[in-house]
Amino acid sequence: MTAIAVAATINGEATSFLCEAEETLLDALRDRLGLTGAKEGCGTGDCGACSVVLDGRLVCSCLVLGAEAEGREVETIEGMALGDHLHPLQQKFLDHAALQCGVCTPGFLVAAKALLDQNPSPTEEEVRFGLAGNLCRCTGYDKIVRAVMDAAESMRDGR
Amino acid sequence: MTNSETGLKERQFKIVGTRPLRPDGIDKVTGRARFGADMAAPGMLVGKILRSPHAHARIRSIDATKALVLPGVKAVVTHEDFAEVGADLQDVLENVMAQDKALYDGHAVAAVAAISAGVARKALRLIEVDYEILPHVTDVEAAMAAEAPVLHDDIVTSGVEPAPKTPSNVVHRHEFGHGDVAEGLAQADVVIEHDFKTAATHQGYIEPHACVGSVGPDGQGELWCCTQGHFWVRNTCAALLGMDVSHLRVTASEIGGGFGGKTTVFIDPVALALSRKAGRPVKIVMSREEVFRASGPTSSTAMTVKIGVRRDGRITAGEAVLKFQGGAFAGSPVDLGAMTAFACYDLEHVKTVAYDVVTNRPKQAAYRAPGAPMAAFAVESVIDELASKIGMDPIELRLKNAVENGSQSSYGPKFGPVGLVETLVAAREHEHYTAPLGANQGRGIASGFWFNFGGQTCVSLNINADGSVALAVGTPDIGGSRASMGQMAAEELGIGYDKVRTIVADTASLGYNDISEGSRVTFSTGLATIQAARDAIGKLCGRAAQTWGISPDAVVWEDGYARPAGANAGEFPPLSLAEIAETAAKTGGPIAGHCEVNAAGAGVSFATHLVDAEVDPETGRAKILRYTVVQDAGKAIHPSYVEGQYQGGAVQGVGWALNEEYIYGEDGRLQNPSFLDYRIPVASDLPMIDTVIVEVPNPGHPYGVRGVGETSIVPPLAAIANAVSAAAGVRLTELPMSPPRVLRGIDEAAANGKA
Amino acid sequence: MLGGPLRSAAGGAAQVDVEAVNIRELLTGLGDAHPKLKPIIDKGVAVSIDGQIYRDAWFQPISPDSEVHVLMPLAGG
Ligand code: FES
Ligand code: FES
Repeated sequence: MTAIAVAATINGEATSFLCEAEETLLDALRDRLGLTGAKEGCGTGDCGACSVVLDGRLVCSCLVLGAEAEGREVETIEGMALGDHLHPLQQKFLDHAALQCGVCTPGFLVAAKALLDQNPSPTEEEVRFGLAGNLCRCTGYDKIVRAVMDAAESMRDGR
Repeated sequence: MTNSETGLKERQFKIVGTRPLRPDGIDKVTGRARFGADMAAPGMLVGKILRSPHAHARIRSIDATKALVLPGVKAVVTHEDFAEVGADLQDVLENVMAQDKALYDGHAVAAVAAISAGVARKALRLIEVDYEILPHVTDVEAAMAAEAPVLHDDIVTSGVEPAPKTPSNVVHRHEFGHGDVAEGLAQADVVIEHDFKTAATHQGYIEPHACVGSVGPDGQGELWCCTQGHFWVRNTCAALLGMDVSHLRVTASEIGGGFGGKTTVFIDPVALALSRKAGRPVKIVMSREEVFRASGPTSSTAMTVKIGVRRDGRITAGEAVLKFQGGAFAGSPVDLGAMTAFACYDLEHVKTVAYDVVTNRPKQAAYRAPGAPMAAFAVESVIDELASKIGMDPIELRLKNAVENGSQSSYGPKFGPVGLVETLVAAREHEHYTAPLGANQGRGIASGFWFNFGGQTCVSLNINADGSVALAVGTPDIGGSRASMGQMAAEELGIGYDKVRTIVADTASLGYNDISEGSRVTFSTGLATIQAARDAIGKLCGRAAQTWGISPDAVVWEDGYARPAGANAGEFPPLSLAEIAETAAKTGGPIAGHCEVNAAGAGVSFATHLVDAEVDPETGRAKILRYTVVQDAGKAIHPSYVEGQYQGGAVQGVGWALNEEYIYGEDGRLQNPSFLDYRIPVASDLPMIDTVIVEVPNPGHPYGVRGVGETSIVPPLAAIANAVSAAAGVRLTELPMSPPRVLRGIDEAAANGKA
Repeated sequence: MLGGPLRSAAGGAAQVDVEAVNIRELLTGLGDAHPKLKPIIDKGVAVSIDGQIYRDAWFQPISPDSEVHVLMPLAGG
């Protein structure tokens, strides 16, 4: 099987990797590039644990082929903090104890950031529907929703 | 109840009860935390498992010749590659790899290790298994019928007289209780009896099982895996592979949820067996489909409950017959269901009968308070109906019968200080209880009980020369427990929380620790942490005494300082932990505290849940509008994580009550092994989940801690059923209360002229 | 006091008298008095002493006025 060479911008950096034709972007990120922050919870687009942003659009990386990343920009959880400065969403997830096991957390953070990028002042209902593609089995979502609302507020205040 | 009544001395806590950030937090919000599937080893192969497509089949032969010649395939294993094990592990082994029969759709029959996932998948298709298909049964009551296909020739029902002579799917019949139910029922003014059914549900952790196993040519093995109990995994894998326990070191990865489902082994022994054969590390990661088909769901059940009550609200007798199928092997949690069914009530006459049944389904694994939620669903539904029959407020009825300190439990022993009454009173006083309801809306309430466990625990607490502390525990952290342990250590030592770093140590670094199950971690590991801290304090005081040249008895530890006990002891400026640590090398070497204990005294806990639901009479769809959890935590070490346990349990209950269900086809195959078709609650299905933490201290723990992780899933099935039944105007007795089922209930009630 | 199925194995007795100062003696004594109980005990039972449940604690003392129950084993999630 011949591998395909892919050149993409990942978290702002020009990156190239080899992958097989049927290999998902999720597998390429995890197995080829060591970016294991995105998780495989289902592999079928139902859990959101593998969420990444591809050219500004939130996608399930388990439903995208690695080869499709050619020439495009990919943002993953690993690129969310600026150096040692956490993104407000990351900080609020910690402050609100919005994670128990934490396996869903990278997906939620990436999805929540995409949500707030589009809608900086979501209502509780908008947050709930905006994150309905992400499954969490531990928290019952209460603290996650609160953390996202709080992060939105602090981002609006420019804090 | 005050602390002094329970024998705990009043104590002002500095760190316990606050909400510090967790030590693993940053790693988990930045993607750095390494879960089961995030490990890689040099030269690692990919392992994949071939699974039976048949619900029940004899395996005549397995031929891997073609797979083995495929380039890139390094090893194939079947049951022949595992050791002989004792009776206690026989079922575990047979579930890991089928022997002469495949017992359910998804049962592992062989496995391969290859250089890539693609090659491994291809190799699986080349393994030829000759199956003789047998008749199957997946329903609990059908499996109990005389003509049902029998799974195991060696299961003969125990607990019935005269002892049967022929094999059956009924493993046992057990009876629990006391008094004379017939006599009790005769005293009742109202008696209600109903049949109930619940579907099997899956723990639904978001992280599929994953591991990397490596066995070298010298027979030394290493395993990295996501588990609730790596010490148990080590012992079990060693037995299944015929290795010395000390030749296998297991490291627990971060774990992406377990809820009981990661208290056993599925893939770990397979990865090790493949690695031993291939001579290279092997990684196995289950797909979600495999998780559904072959890892532990809970039991599906059929239950009958009969309760009698007098007009004054006193329950005169309770009786339940519980039938739980636990999949292809003995051991459904039916006994626990039977023991907990009436545990909330102080009854003179109570009897529960438990049938453990095997069927052609995956072997059930523990799921949060195993057995209790289903039993509570049945009992609390009948209690609810009795309350409305005699025109009494449902909380009032429960309060009239609630167990308290000294009551005899339905499962035998007398209770010590317990908090059921406190949760009921708090629920009644909660503003939620009297808030107005609209059309097609109903309010439900239910209480629930869980034992909570202690168990074998070993921790080690090392004082570093700079005064910081490394705490090594052996219980995987499934919900933030490292934070709570750090709090307890800091509290006891009198130092800052940020001075303590808690890690989960591997199996070579500590003595045996039981699995993180039974809500035991904050209780047992917390108890051991406190004792290890006290052990270290004794040594710190000893060093101070030496430094001052006084007797160790003349030194006390207060707020992080060693001080002379009194004026007679001498006048010395107090020495801080950091000061003593700094000179440790000169005063006798490293200072560490240890504790090895088989913790007993885990306090039982109770919860009461309040829920409002709305039913759409057109579609039958039920929606949860409001939810309040009231639960006794004994003492909440980190209230945020206690709330999180309450909320998570309630929401898993919402899924169980309304949507989640294992659906088997006529062919005995699981029809919905994906998150698309097995629908767990998402954010948009739910309201906020309010919590009230009641604290009735557990006298068995130095700080009063009770386990909190499991009780929260006991009341929701019943509370939601009571709410949905009230909203729909008809008693619903079958879970999940999916739209078609609710609609059928409404239609039938209308046809009967009730609605 | 015997809980649940232990009772039928002991020939229907809900209560049996055994001289014992700790859990180990209690279980040995029970097994000797009621051989049918022995396999169940060997598989593992829980013992409650004055309401406190112990899973495996041979040397837990039992005082003469303690209320003791032998229960089926417990497992959690
Ligand atoms: S792994 Fe991609 S959505 Fe679940
Ligand atoms: S925190 Fe465990 S799945 Fe969300």
